[in-house]
Amino acid sequence: MSMMEWIVIIGGIAAMIWINWYFFLARQPVSNAGIDGEGVQEVAIVVEGGYHPAVVSVKRDRPVRFVFDRRERSGCSEEIVFPGFGVRKFLPAFRKTRLELAPAQTGNFEFTCGMSMLRGRLIVQD
Amino acid sequence: MPTTIPLMVREKRNLTGTAEYGTNAATTSEKVMIPVKGMTCAACQARVQRALQATPGVLDASVNLMLKNAAVTYDPMVTSPMVLVEAIHETGYGAELVAQDQSAFDEQEAQDRAQEEDYRELRHKALWSGSIGLLAMTLSMPLMGAAEADVHGPVADPFMRWVMESMTPTIRAVAPWLYTFTPWVLSYALTLLVMGWAGRHFYVRAWSAFRHHSADMNTLIAVGTGAAFLYSVLATVAPKFFLNRGVLPDLYYEAVVMIIALILTGNALEARAKRQTSAALRRLVELQPNTARVVRAGAEVDIPVNDVQSEEIVIVRPGERIPVDGAIISGTSAVDESMVTGESLPVEKQPGDRLIGGTINRTGAFRYRATTLGSDSVLAHIVKLMRDAQGSRAPIQRLADQVSGIFVPIVLSLAIATFVIWFVTADQAPAMRAFAAAVAVLIIACPCAMGLAVPTAVMVATGKGAEGGILIKGGESLQRAGQINTVVLDKTGTITEGRPTVTDVVPVLGTEWSETDLVRLVASIEASSEHPLAEAIVRYANEQSLPLATADSFQSVTGRGATGMVDGAALAVGNEALMADYAVDLTAVKEEVERLAGEGKTPMYIAINGKLAGLIAVADPIKPTSRDAVQRLNRLGLTVVMLTGDHQRTAEAIARKAGIDRVVAGVLPDGKVVEVRRRQQAGEVVAMVGDGINDAPALAQADVGFAIGTGTDIALEASDVTLMRNDLPGVVSAILLARRTMRTMKQNLVWAFVYNVVGIPVAAGILYPAFGILLSPILAGAAMAFSSVSVVTNSLRLRRARVA
Ligand SMILES: [Cu+2]
Repeated sequence: MSMMEWIVIIGGIAAMIWINWYFFLARQPVSNAGIDGEGVQEVAIVVEGGYHPAVVSVKRDRPVRFVFDRRERSGCSEEIVFPGFGVRKFLPAFRKTRLELAPAQTGNFEFTCGMSMLRGRLIVQD
Repeated sequence: MPTTIPLMVREKRNLTGTAEYGTNAATTSEKVMIPVKGMTCAACQARVQRALQATPGVLDASVNLMLKNAAVTYDPMVTSPMVLVEAIHETGYGAELVAQDQSAFDEQEAQDRAQEEDYRELRHKALWSGSIGLLAMTLSMPLMGAAEADVHGPVADPFMRWVMESMTPTIRAVAPWLYTFTPWVLSYALTLLVMGWAGRHFYVRAWSAFRHHSADMNTLIAVGTGAAFLYSVLATVAPKFFLNRGVLPDLYYEAVVMIIALILTGNALEARAKRQTSAALRRLVELQPNTARVVRAGAEVDIPVNDVQSEEIVIVRPGERIPVDGAIISGTSAVDESMVTGESLPVEKQPGDRLIGGTINRTGAFRYRATTLGSDSVLAHIVKLMRDAQGSRAPIQRLADQVSGIFVPIVLSLAIATFVIWFVTADQAPAMRAFAAAVAVLIIACPCAMGLAVPTAVMVATGKGAEGGILIKGGESLQRAGQINTVVLDKTGTITEGRPTVTDVVPVLGTEWSETDLVRLVASIEASSEHPLAEAIVRYANEQSLPLATADSFQSVTGRGATGMVDGAALAVGNEALMADYAVDLTAVKEEVERLAGEGKTPMYIAINGKLAGLIAVADPIKPTSRDAVQRLNRLGLTVVMLTGDHQRTAEAIARKAGIDRVVAGVLPDGKVVEVRRRQQAGEVVAMVGDGINDAPALAQADVGFAIGTGTDIALEASDVTLMRNDLPGVVSAILLARRTMRTMKQNLVWAFVYNVVGIPVAAGILYPAFGILLSPILAGAAMAFSSVSVVTNSLRLRRARVA
């Protein structure tokens, strides 16, 4: 085998390892919800090709107010779905949309776009 | 095609944040109307207004004394309607939010508008990039004729190469001047234009997703086309680098443009088809009229429908749409309610009858009193329910969800593996082959079809249901309704009319009382009773225009009947126990009683002055559609069970008439839950059909609860399926629709999986060693566009499914 072929093989394997590490294993930063004057937990999420932040931690038994700021027009991101809460909401483009939830159970809850390609996670803790 | 008819004077219209593409404007304001109670003078008005204006986040507040409400424009990021109500309370006046959330209509409208814009933009971009692609192809023709040693390299895409090779002789004959210059610079510029303009969002979104450790279809398209483009640029600027290594400096410019054009075309078609999946919901939203004619200060005025107040008098003429829910005060008419209830014949309406906003008045003119408004109206409830239903997940989707979540990174890995394997094993032009195959893998493997498979079917099915007056709560209900094997029917009000009617009046031979006498006397004392059986007798007397006497005394004997004095006669009407109390001899009617009970009728004995005078039989007749519906349920292979609190004999007689052979009689309301649970434990998937109010626990217990003939909140809450029409055929339709939908979902999922399972290896070149087939990235782009469009189109076929 030529030098070139060896480079391609080694480079390819390295790239595959890196991709799987980056998408599946790399730890994502968890952001904690702030609490406003009325005891409502506030989570601001920018929607642009994904959810930023994508992993949010909140406390149980306290209302959570999401403010989704959608900064793009077309694409899957026009809808946000919380399957665990049976909630779906349309997010108008270039606007902030509020969505309120009352998490009564601890655990990890996914939220996704309408096609479930974009994903985020809501961690409910005691 | 403008589909956005202004439905109401929408409160959220005055948004300051415009939806300009590319801007980041985010300041919004919302307007809310809050009814204020207790204001009597201009000073009160001023006080409330000041308090509101002083509330943080309030941009504008105006209080109307006459209409007794406050219109507040506020910043939803700072305050909320609840806070505003609180502020009014603090001034000492009453306030509560009536139409707090009009969003069902609003959201749907906004979504429709956004989707329409999306579609237009995609179509526009697809057309332009397609045209540019053709131009770039033509310009590249001369390259095909160039020598292999040409430093600017040949067109690399196999499909493109074939197209160009077959066209070159023609082009050479028609436009020889094309061959006089080297057009790679133009190709390059056109490609850059398409990538930077029409395809820009693929790259922007892919990058944005990547930064957050996620990847979607944009990632695949961006990586695929981006790599092809970069490779071509390198081949253009440094061909020697390739040639020195024995690799041809291939160009993929046209391929990139064509891939983007094809994917955009696919997306545009998909957007159009997706719009169609919610067409039924859109039609419902459009039912809401704009204006209403109301009586104010003695005059008839046309006002925006949102300004109609509760209890206001509304006037409707023939042919007009009924603007809001209400109840008729004067006039009669036939109303076409088909768009809401699915009832195809116009419904006769008289004073006192309920009207549903959005339905069409056919014949007469009438006045009615507005009742539920805005978000409380029947139509708003339906729209809200539908929106929720369409956003819900069906359990069958879980697998697809899991797969699409991990799909893209795995495809990226597969593309790299494809490249490596081709590079190492190909005999000739290894880099070119490796490259084309890797790009094809990236482009063909779009998870869109998987993501669309179930939701589009749920959307079309729930819409189709709603058009027939069948409201399905969501994907899960739909899926379970497709698996039902037992249908438990509540008797009263479900199989039967739920309204007892007098069927027989039998005077005892040899007494002085005629049939008419009996009815008149019994009705006279029963007029004081509120028992449903008594009501039936009184109605029967009224229908025959018998003048009722005033009872001198009346006594209701719980569980037995009633006694009283009418026209000097001492009457006792009731069951055997009551007769026993008065020691009345019943032998004369024994046979008759047997016969009546055998027919499912409830006989009541009539004794006058201590002697048996006759019988009056009452029955709850079955609905004309019940028997046919039960037969159809049986034909679908379902076990049909009737539940009733009646005695065994009566129950059996009704069941016989309805064609049901399984009867559970004598059950109390709790017993219904027990029966449903017992069958579930035996492994049956049970549907419970009831009227939604007293059957709520059983409806909730059942795998699928069907509430029949009500649009009430309780029914909507407890049931999985609500039938707007008050009879059983809707149950059959719902089950047929659910089964049909399940089939569609499965087809879609299988198709989406198979497409990827077959498509990816073919793109990777698995057919090459045996058949010499290598998939062009352009064809991969076409296949990708086709896969999601075909899934949506398959779901749309549900609209034409026969379920009646
Ligand atoms: Cu796609």
